[in-house]
Amino acid sequence: MKRTATNLFFLALPLLLGVIVVAILIVLVVPPNTTLGDVLQAFWNGAFRNLRRFSGVLVFWIPLTLVGIGLVITFRAGLWNIGVEGQMTLGGLFAAGLAFMLGEGSPLVIIPLCIFGAMLGGALWASVAAFLKVRFGVSEIFSGVALNAIANQITLQLIAGPWKPGDSDKAQYSRPVPDAARLLGVSQDFNVSVVGLVVTIVAVVLVLLVLARTRWGLNLKAVGKNPRSALLLGVPTTITAFSALMVCGALAGIAGSQRILFTYGDVRGQFAGGIGFLGLLVVLLISARGVWVPLIAFLFAIMLNGGTQLQFLNLDSSLTGVLQGALVLAVLLANGLRDRLRKPKQAKG
Amino acid sequence: MNIELRQIHKRFGSVHANNDISVTFAAGRIVGILGENGAGKSTLMKILSGYQPADSGEILIGGQRVDYSGPQAAIAHGIGMLQQDPLDVGAFSVLENFTYGQPGGLTFNRRDAEWRLNQLCQRFGFDLPANTPVEMLSIAQRQQLEIVRLLALGVRVLILDEPTTGISADQKQQLFNVLRALAQEMQAIILLVSHKLEDVIALCDEVIVLRAGQLVGAQQMPATTSELVSLMFGGQLPPQARIQSHLGDVVLRLENAHLSDRRLAMRDVNFQVRAGEVVGLAGLDGSGQRPFMRACAGLDKLLSGRVMVKDEAMTGRPYRDFLAHKVVFGAAGRLEEGLIAGLTLTDHIALATTPGWAVDWAEAERYTNARIEQYHVRGRATDNIEQLSGGNQQRVLMALLPEDPVALVLEQPTRGLDVESARWIWQQLLARRDKGSAIIFSSAELEELVTYSDRILVFYAGQIYEVPDVTRTSVDELGHLIGGAFMQAT
Repeated sequence: MKRTATNLFFLALPLLLGVIVVAILIVLVVPPNTTLGDVLQAFWNGAFRNLRRFSGVLVFWIPLTLVGIGLVITFRAGLWNIGVEGQMTLGGLFAAGLAFMLGEGSPLVIIPLCIFGAMLGGALWASVAAFLKVRFGVSEIFSGVALNAIANQITLQLIAGPWKPGDSDKAQYSRPVPDAARLLGVSQDFNVSVVGLVVTIVAVVLVLLVLARTRWGLNLKAVGKNPRSALLLGVPTTITAFSALMVCGALAGIAGSQRILFTYGDVRGQFAGGIGFLGLLVVLLISARGVWVPLIAFLFAIMLNGGTQLQFLNLDSSLTGVLQGALVLAVLLANGLRDRLRKPKQAKG
Repeated sequence: MNIELRQIHKRFGSVHANNDISVTFAAGRIVGILGENGAGKSTLMKILSGYQPADSGEILIGGQRVDYSGPQAAIAHGIGMLQQDPLDVGAFSVLENFTYGQPGGLTFNRRDAEWRLNQLCQRFGFDLPANTPVEMLSIAQRQQLEIVRLLALGVRVLILDEPTTGISADQKQQLFNVLRALAQEMQAIILLVSHKLEDVIALCDEVIVLRAGQLVGAQQMPATTSELVSLMFGGQLPPQARIQSHLGDVVLRLENAHLSDRRLAMRDVNFQVRAGEVVGLAGLDGSGQRPFMRACAGLDKLLSGRVMVKDEAMTGRPYRDFLAHKVVFGAAGRLEEGLIAGLTLTDHIALATTPGWAVDWAEAERYTNARIEQYHVRGRATDNIEQLSGGNQQRVLMALLPEDPVALVLEQPTRGLDVESARWIWQQLLARRDKGSAIIFSSAELEELVTYSDRILVFYAGQIYEVPDVTRTSVDELGHLIGGAFMQAT
């Protein structure tokens, strides 16, 4: 009994510390006549005041969860897939490109095609990083940063060129995606795409099952912990690393398509909106334990949506970003602290 | 300055690794610490050198009780440990590694450090070029570097864990001379943890013996091997009989192979091994055994030539294909190459045995428990592999081998194991040989090579020489060959 209690304590310690740090931060920055309670109230209002606000949370939750669960795969394989933002972007672009190409038609055909195209685009972009990694030993971190920048450039070129709305040369957005490819909300108030919701939930369940129950999931873990030993144990290490990046890219691609086909309805600069990077934070926060992705992504979505309410307290909404960063840092610190406190299990010799 | 340990206790879970150990080490003495694997030798030495704390008990230096919180503090008290695998940083230079642990702030005086390094090297006759990256050094040199580093930090008690593994007879002599000099001139205490009784007999003034965590004996030297063995195991081991097994067809072949690694190139290597045959590879570290073995298992690509498994051309195929043909490679470093820290025993078994895409965890766990029983592994299916002792890790590696391999290619399969564990490993290997597996193994133990090999290949600077009649060869002759004697003869 005592052991379970200690384990629980050690499990909760990082989160507890994270919350305390965030609370202190808030108290430090709020104006004199507002309280911690006011800020929490603002977050709550931003997320749950009514159905419309709540659907805002979900709209954000969908791509963040997709990216997060994809990143769990690459983290498992010991890869830091910084390029996930670019993979989202390429996914979105492929979806948009297909939508423009196919024009009007039955959504039942066009939407699945677009989502499939998005997976392909994300996976292709990830495979560039994967190829550089396994063939030339280029760190996926560096190639990822470069590929993110290139993905942005491609977006801007497409908006300024083939996809520009009219004759204008200085467009901020592309022309709108054809209606047949648009994902629609359930209702005016509950403006959330059912397709997006279902795809996300299915993806989470599938990834969790695959990680826990398949040889591939076990291979990922082996490669992530020790590729040299994994090779000797019969794991195809190159294919495993390659496929981990591709699958993550495909999931990020779907996330990107949500931004185009649902959120914006057109292509615009930086449409991935940093969700890929946020996904990295989510996965860092939970040390790549997949089951927690939906919950933590939900918390992040609440914080982001609630952040929009902070202006009424004379606070800048970018405070949200600061809080999220502080939370992750605090939790990582506490993780390290926990590992030092907990007596290390040592081999006897 | 004497060192006294009083009533040291240390538990790992249910294992009482050190049970009420009290012992005094006198200045100027060289003491052998003996015991089989898991007897608690390493644990005791780690406690003394600050790598882990004791559960209870005290350490007295010169009659003063000391408490220290880590290796750094132990070194400040003059106690330093030379690990079995030197703890240096490969990419950095000799000089940089030498300065680790030195007091001082952000700046460091390169010239001064180099001068001190050279002083120490001259005194002991070491050849350690200051600017060479450590990864270019031999094991013996890395050991020497660690010794001078610890001495420069003012260490007066030097603990050595299996220091003669992987170094030549000459290098061993040199090391022993240095240790004797340290004991005599500086009144240093030398503690030698070793399985090699001939080393202990050659070097030590006295020995202490641990068994199952307890101090069971102490003996002034000289003593004979059989006296020491009976102290360690409470009985004598019968000599191993040599049984020739029936040889079958050729199962693995290198044809005109051109191999290379960073240091040497080997051309026109021709080799074949038959089912049921044991081929021992002798030679100092880095003489070419490693590229040879890696080529046999398809881990390194040949620059030219062919590898054949039975009658199938395997040249250029990945290791996984070799594994599918039941050609299995076992590396020397267990946790570096072979096992995966952070994965449980069940994970390992599942990795090695799952044929399809789905993992049946219930089945894997049943299978793991069966293997734990069969191979007498002290550990549970849910334990992470790094929680097991070295000997038990080796047993798990054995359990991961297929029952009927075509060929086993094993780097130093008994490295760091005591006599009994090593025998157990060989029982397992020979059982597979009797069922028709070919075994290719390298070893730093000449005795082991002579005892178990049907054929012995001696490697020297990339040259391979086959010992003509293994049944007539001796440890002495092999020792000469390893030093390159066959090069002059031919």
